Parts: sequence; structure tokens; C-alpha cells
Amino acid sequence: MTKKVIIIGGGPAGMQTAASLLDLGIKPVIIEKSDRIGGKLNDWHQLFPTFTPAHEVLAKLKGSMKDARVITGTAVESIGKDGVSLSDGSTMEADAVVVASGFNLFRAELKEELGYTIYDNVYTTVDIEHMLNDGKVAMKDGRTPQRIAFLHCVGSRDEKVNQRHCSKVCCVTGVKQAMELKAMFPQSEVYNFYMDIRMFGPGYEEMYRRAQEEFNIHFVRGRISEASETIDRRVQIKAEDTLIGRPLKMTVDMLILIVGMTAGESNRRFAETKGVELQPSGFVAPADSFTLNTCSGVPNIFYAGTVTAPKNLGESINEGVAAAQQVARYLNRR
Amino acid sequence: MDFGFSINRPRAVDLDKNDLSVSRKALMEMPEWQACIGCGGCTATCTAGNLTQFNFRKVHTLVRRGDYQGAYEEMNKCMLCGKCRLVCPRGINTRGVVMMIKRLLSEY
Repeated sequence: MTKKVIIIGGGPAGMQTAASLLDLGIKPVIIEKSDRIGGKLNDWHQLFPTFTPAHEVLAKLKGSMKDARVITGTAVESIGKDGVSLSDGSTMEADAVVVASGFNLFRAELKEELGYTIYDNVYTTVDIEHMLNDGKVAMKDGRTPQRIAFLHCVGSRDEKVNQRHCSKVCCVTGVKQAMELKAMFPQSEVYNFYMDIRMFGPGYEEMYRRAQEEFNIHFVRGRISEASETIDRRVQIKAEDTLIGRPLKMTVDMLILIVGMTAGESNRRFAETKGVELQPSGFVAPADSFTLNTCSGVPNIFYAGTVTAPKNLGESINEGVAAAQQVARYLNRR
Repeated sequence: MDFGFSINRPRAVDLDKNDLSVSRKALMEMPEWQACIGCGGCTATCTAGNLTQFNFRKVHTLVRRGDYQGAYEEMNKCMLCGKCRLVCPRGINTRGVVMMIKRLLSEY
């Protein structure tokens, strides 16, 4: 088959779309804006809830799509029904386009009251994942943390930063990291401050319970309202323990902000094409949220992964399979 | 000296100052207690709570935070009927928690 399919984005959803298209006898082209494929999976150390090393999953995905053509270091500026225009000024024709451009991480510094990039020992879950990958988690001055606090819902369910949606996977990420840090520093105390714990996936709730019973993680229902730095560069936090109805304060060595997913920065550009619509959250709207999750309002433009909503890795990969199926169906019908 | 006014004690639970030793000991002894998700089922069904201000969820959470003031006396309101244990979605031995808190705090 000589039909041309362009996949925008070389993250897990894009990689799986490519792999599934190859299975169906279609040779796709992945256009990736960064210099390597793998997307944000490259940043991960271990995956929830099984603690599987992220590189194992990445290697599987890479292996299954190795016959696909990949163009890195190139961004897609706009999508049309005949193809895409690229950041180098050229255009590329296609019979179908799969948008798998993913999400952006919430910029924690926007929640200024929490002190990220202002205080020494305020981190995000992404920083921690990088530290875990480097094999060394420590305070800024190199000391071992004795007391660690995680804050859930940073940049999620918060209309103050225009992010009303739930990012869905941050709860389980924060609990996973709490367990990893507790295992690394058994003498430390780890606290998770949450509004709700939303453990939606298989094995997540069970992992949460292990965090409580076996890892001795303390869960406090209450949102940290502000952080300040002490003279010895630790972080003092204030919250309400809403289950006892009293204010609570404590000083911690590390405050870790569990950052959520925001809509991909390219969504707005793509939505200039008629038939590509945005949801109020900024994520792209699928044609139908029950039966056509990987379809757009344009017959030959498809979606896969977190371009349409926050999703976990397994869901994103499954959407790659589904999008490829929809592409094949479209191409066969023409 | 009487200045004619007084200052209220801060209401905040201060985890820097609270003595968490009893709490830590209790959690080591009975790790299942930590599985509490604060649903309040125990308190809703509580026979004593129906007749008095006793709030099991609140008191045991305070003990976990190292705030033991009045907890022993509060726990004395429990009649050990065990209805809370029947409703607990996390399967916590709530009566065991009551007895443990009373034992550890009587030694405290």
C-alpha cells in the first residue's frame, strides 16, 4: 500500500500507532519535535503500580515500530486535510494524519505560594523521577531528607490556574514516589497531603493500601495553602487536617509538588483547522467520547493518547492501536 | 502577673512540636490502622456517638498526629459494641484500636 500516514508526536501513543499501522501493512512517518522518540516516558524511572522499569516498556515500543520512518527535531505547525506544514517551512502530504502530540506538564512555579524555583527544597514529581533515574535523591545541599511531604493536585482541579480538570494519574504517581522514597530512606517520615485520592486503575487502590500499611506513609486530607523557607533552608508548610478540623503545620526537608497534565501547547494551533475542536480544558475533543475517541470532525484526522485528555500509559498505548485501526478503515474505504 | 487579657493557645496541630512517640509505637504495633481513609463509617454507626459527642474517627486521627490531650477520656466513652468494625471498608480492627490507644496512653 502506498498510502501516506503522518503521525504527529513520537511518544508512546505515536509509537504504538506506528507499530499497529505497520502490522496492518501501512508504513507511517512519525514527526517528532524533540531530538528523540519516547516522549515523556524518557523521564520515568519506574512505572506505577507495578514498579516496572520505564526503559523496558520503551524498549518494547521501540522494537515494535522500528520499521517506521522517524523525523526528529521537526515540529508540525498546522494540519490540513491534505497533510501538514512543518517548522522548517516545508509541507508534507498525507492521506491521513494521527495527532499524538501529547500533553504539557503543569508549570509548578505558577503556584507561587508553594515556592517552586524560589525555595531550595521544593521539587516537582518530575524532578524526583530524574533524581531516581540518577540514583541519588537528596536535598539541595546533599543532605538526606528526614521528613518529606508530597502535595497532590498541583495544577489540577484548581481554577486559580485555569486547570479545572483532574489529571487522573498524578495521585498514583505521588503515592508511587512516596513508596520509592520511603524504601530509599526507611528512617524518614513521608506525608501525602491530598484533596481526594483517585486511584482509578487496576492495582492502584491496592498499591495505595500497601503505601499506608506496609510503607507507613501518612496521608493527610487537606491542601497545603502556602510554603515558606526556614532559616536552615527547610520548608514550613501549612494545611488544614480536614478530618480533625484543625489547622496543621510542620517543617519538612523536601516538599514535592505532584504536578498535573495541561493541554498540549500545539492543541490551539491544530484547532485552527476546521473540525479539530478544543474542550474547555484545552484538550482536543474527540468526535464522540464513547465510540469515536480516536476520531476528529475531519474524516482523515485522528487522535491518539493524551492529546484528548489525561491518560495513563496503558490507555495511551491502547489508543495507538485504536487510532491505527480507524486509519486503516478510512484508507480502505476510500 | 495579670494584664487583664489572655492569649489563646494556637489551635494548629504542630508536627514539629508534637511528641509522636506514642503514635509511632501504635502504628508499628498495628499497621492496619494506617489504612484508614477517613470515611467516617465508624462514627456514623457508633452507639456512643449517637448519644454523646464521641467521634472515633476524629479522636484516633488526632492520636495519629501526636495530639493526645483528652484522647484517653474520649475513648472511655466507647462501649466496645463493635459495630464500627462491622462497617469499616478497610477491615480495621477498630475495637483493637480503641483498646490499644487506651493502653498506650495510660502508660504515657
